[in-house]
Amino acid sequence: MTGAIASAELSYELVVNGRHHDVNGALAGESLLYVLRNRLGLPGSKNACEQGECGSCSVLVDGVLVCACLVLAATAVGREIVTVEGLAGPGELSDVQEAFVENGAVQCGFCTPGLVVAVHDLLGRLPDPSELEIREAISGNLCRCTGYGRILAAIDEVRRRRLGELP
Amino acid sequence: MLVPASLDELLASVAADTRADLIAGGTDLMVEVNFGRRSPESVISVALVPELKSWYRSGDEVILNAALTYSEMMRPPLCELLPALAQAARTVGSPQIRNAGTIGGNLATASPAGDTLPVLAALEATVVLESAEGGRAVPVGEFIVSVKRTSLAPGEIIRSVRVPARRAAQEFLKVGTRNAMVIAVCSVALVADAERREVHLGLGSVGPVPLRAPRAEELATSLFDWDEGVPRASEKELARLAELASEAARPIDDHRSTARYRRHAVGVCARRAFERARLPDATGRRSVTP
Repeated sequence: MTGAIASAELSYELVVNGRHHDVNGALAGESLLYVLRNRLGLPGSKNACEQGECGSCSVLVDGVLVCACLVLAATAVGREIVTVEGLAGPGELSDVQEAFVENGAVQCGFCTPGLVVAVHDLLGRLPDPSELEIREAISGNLCRCTGYGRILAAIDEVRRRRLGELP
Repeated sequence: MLVPASLDELLASVAADTRADLIAGGTDLMVEVNFGRRSPESVISVALVPELKSWYRSGDEVILNAALTYSEMMRPPLCELLPALAQAARTVGSPQIRNAGTIGGNLATASPAGDTLPVLAALEATVVLESAEGGRAVPVGEFIVSVKRTSLAPGEIIRSVRVPARRAAQEFLKVGTRNAMVIAVCSVALVADAERREVHLGLGSVGPVPLRAPRAEELATSLFDWDEGVPRASEKELARLAELASEAARPIDDHRSTARYRRHAVGVCARRAFERARLPDATGRRSVTP
């Protein structure tokens, strides 16, 4: 992050993945992405475009999928933030993460956390999405390695597994 | 850095610090901050002010509060009341952007490519502004004065946008390089108002501000079959409609397109929007667009 609002330092508390975190000495212009990665030691959300184009910093704020780079961190006080680190227990993988691994949907892995959060959001809202709905739901998450085929296969596997169509 | 929790608190904050930047969804302001193009000294968030959320009907108008997001514009029943607005919202960025960006932010940024702006122009929307001293209502065409410039005065905020909810055919078309994550090369919104028996066209990304196309509107109004609720035009008349819409454009060459292409494409979009227009019946049902 190159730009920050030059003003007094801020201290506030954020709730991330159910845990309270104190943020001290922050600048007002810091994005939620910057605070997660550089102040709270949560590097799962990736920093690439810083303009909402790539989706690699996707997180849930009060259950709504957004780009953390476009959230002014200090406005997220009192809101429930879920990052990729909060989707499964420590050392565990969520069903979406497991399906990504099994289907070879991960190559360089940079887009994966954002995609995984977006897919959790999609299947949480819409348990049986059409292919068009799936493609639209991940249209804000850019992957430059896979060509998306294996990502779509992974999503379909989670969908079928959650619907009880797969063991 | 303030996060007011009520409209009164927001208005007091804005009055006390008229130079503060307002932030709603952050999809424009945060890009400037992240890239070091802007270092505002203070920021006031409007995102958590309950009075600025959601929308409601009032008589034959729909009141869209300023912090209404693009995702909310796409949901029923609002998308059925204002289909062109829903279509425009669906073309904005990605789900993540649509969950954050707001109608008030689109107006305040006043980009020539703002996707909801041609729709608001065609709907002849009224922007409701409020300050600690009181409120005023401004037609959208007067609110946006030039590229990224509005008539918002120091101490004022955008409270809401008022649009008519009359029986109408509505269409929105946008040209870009792909469906998602694209900034408009040009866009057209059409509103065929069954009560006034008038067709309005809003043109986006082909001028410094959203434009209307009065001569094209006049022709479209005369060609629309208001009893059957469908367009009736010969190939020659449709070509003339496209030509008149193109003539209303004031496009420039930039990194997204040439002025020449924009002028051509906006005419094609206007013609297609007209061809697709179908008035809903009394129950609100629209016949299928071919």
